[in-house]
Amino acid sequence: MTRADLAQEIFERVGLPKREAQEIIEIILKTMMDALKEGETVKISGFGTFTVRKKTPRMGRNPRTGEEIEISARRVVTFRPSNLLRVKSK
Amino acid sequence: MTRSELINRVYEELEGYTRKQTEIIVETFFDALKEALLRGEKVELRGFGNFKVKTRKPRKARNPKTGESVDVPERQVIHFKAGRELRELLNSR
Repeated sequence: MTRADLAQEIFERVGLPKREAQEIIEIILKTMMDALKEGETVKISGFGTFTVRKKTPRMGRNPRTGEEIEISARRVVTFRPSNLLRVKSK
Repeated sequence: MTRSELINRVYEELEGYTRKQTEIIVETFFDALKEALLRGEKVELRGFGNFKVKTRKPRKARNPKTGESVDVPERQVIHFKAGRELRELLNSR
């Protein structure tokens, strides 16, 4: 599923033209990205929670050359699905 | 940021929609996303990230209290990988 499929779904469910739906999808994603950029946790009840975590620098190795390199400090986003989003096993 | 704060911020960015209309559209967006994942579909939102359903193999585990061996059946888990744009946004400074 891509943005275009999501726009199609929104169109079918609420009748919003696809172009407008696409535009709103962009705004939703942009708004979530801006919040994460500020280090905010994004908690969407019934869907899941996006959290920003800080990683300290650590030593790593280039698997091809064996050379040791420092992996710099960075921020990463983790996603924890809500209980309603636990996929049932077949 | 909660779901309703997200709706407020999206509403402020938009023109020509009521708060209620914005709410319905945002809810529909997450519903459609969720349903796709529950069907086992991969969702690709370039720039933001990808959601993928991964299968965890069945395994034997131990009840730490009793030491008893228990079977953990095969499970499906949802995995999110942040997109390049989001990763760069978080680390540009």
